[in-house]
Amino acid sequence: MNQLKNFTKGFIKENPILVLLLGTCPTLAVTTSAINGLGMGLATTFVLVGSNVVVSLVKNSVPDKVRIPAFVVIIASFVTIVQLLMQAYTASLYDALGIFIPLIVVNCIVLGRAEAFASKQGVLSSAIDGLGMGLGFTMALFLLGSVREALGNASVLGYKFYEGDGILVFILSPGAFIALGYFIALMNRIKKTT
Amino acid sequence: MAKKESSLKNMIISLVVISFVASLALGGIYSITKEPIALAIKTKQENAIKEVLPDFDSLYSYKLLPANGKDSLGINQAFKGDTLVGTAVATYSNNGYDATQIQLMVGFLPDGSIQNISVVQQKETPGLGTKMKEPKFKEQFNKKNPAGFILKVKKDGGQVDAITAATISSRAFCDAVDRAYQTYQKKGGK
Repeated sequence: MNQLKNFTKGFIKENPILVLLLGTCPTLAVTTSAINGLGMGLATTFVLVGSNVVVSLVKNSVPDKVRIPAFVVIIASFVTIVQLLMQAYTASLYDALGIFIPLIVVNCIVLGRAEAFASKQGVLSSAIDGLGMGLGFTMALFLLGSVREALGNASVLGYKFYEGDGILVFILSPGAFIALGYFIALMNRIKKTT
Repeated sequence: MAKKESSLKNMIISLVVISFVASLALGGIYSITKEPIALAIKTKQENAIKEVLPDFDSLYSYKLLPANGKDSLGINQAFKGDTLVGTAVATYSNNGYDATQIQLMVGFLPDGSIQNISVVQQKETPGLGTKMKEPKFKEQFNKKNPAGFILKVKKDGGQVDAITAATISSRAFCDAVDRAYQTYQKKGGK
């Protein structure tokens, strides 16, 4: 398989959020600001690459009937490792993202890629797939977070560009659904023209 | 290598091996990060104390049960030489919008007025209740003596300007500050 294509498919063609619609729960919950989206996306990318590589390595020694529990144990271990490392060495980032980190384990994207891709492909392809998918996820989360922060809080990356309150609904959950809906519509439009 | 057959023996062996390796890895990471994590939590607490009090060079800390609440509060008396320069009270409120406890560090000067407040832990609604961390809200408490300043939001007949669209979070913040003050007073303001 062409590795470049393998890498870039996560951004537009098979973007996990905007096209595959996987992992929308953390997406809607964390994208209240651009920086939250970015941090959550990068942490997920790390877990995705790690679990994809390990799943690809052990795929032949795990019997089919127990593959899902095996994958879940692998993913959960990676998430816990990320959590402990962040808590120890990047305490302030951990404070901002603390509640969202354990949520990665229930993120459908990670298990979805392990099941649909890494359990069938080689190690290198799986690592690149994980990286591409993770960065595609990060991009979608960052854009969604930026739009919601700009409309809801009148700020960009924490810097106010307008004094006063924004449109509060965009910070709250209904705003997440509205913004995500428009993003998906835009994505369908882009996919049609290319 | 051919795919392993799904026999009972193979399934049990592979799951046991994977779980064993995973637990080894987690145990290893845990023992490596245990100390840095404890240190990070301690530094955070100390930074919060430094933020809410004037300069000091020694601390005397103890726990005290509040008049209204189940958990004890941490009282940290700060001395410069032999003079008491202020008291930092680690307080909390369970009335936040999120089930997570709100934890604050409130610094009192010896005359009973509030020097500064630092938010140690909160998980309120991002963009609304989280504004309690911003100076605009929390600095209205500075230099106020709760003896003559009612620690309630204006809606409840107090003197605190609530955060727009986050009255519950503002109330919880006042509740925590009030608990700190009551407990501080219980010890005769020392």
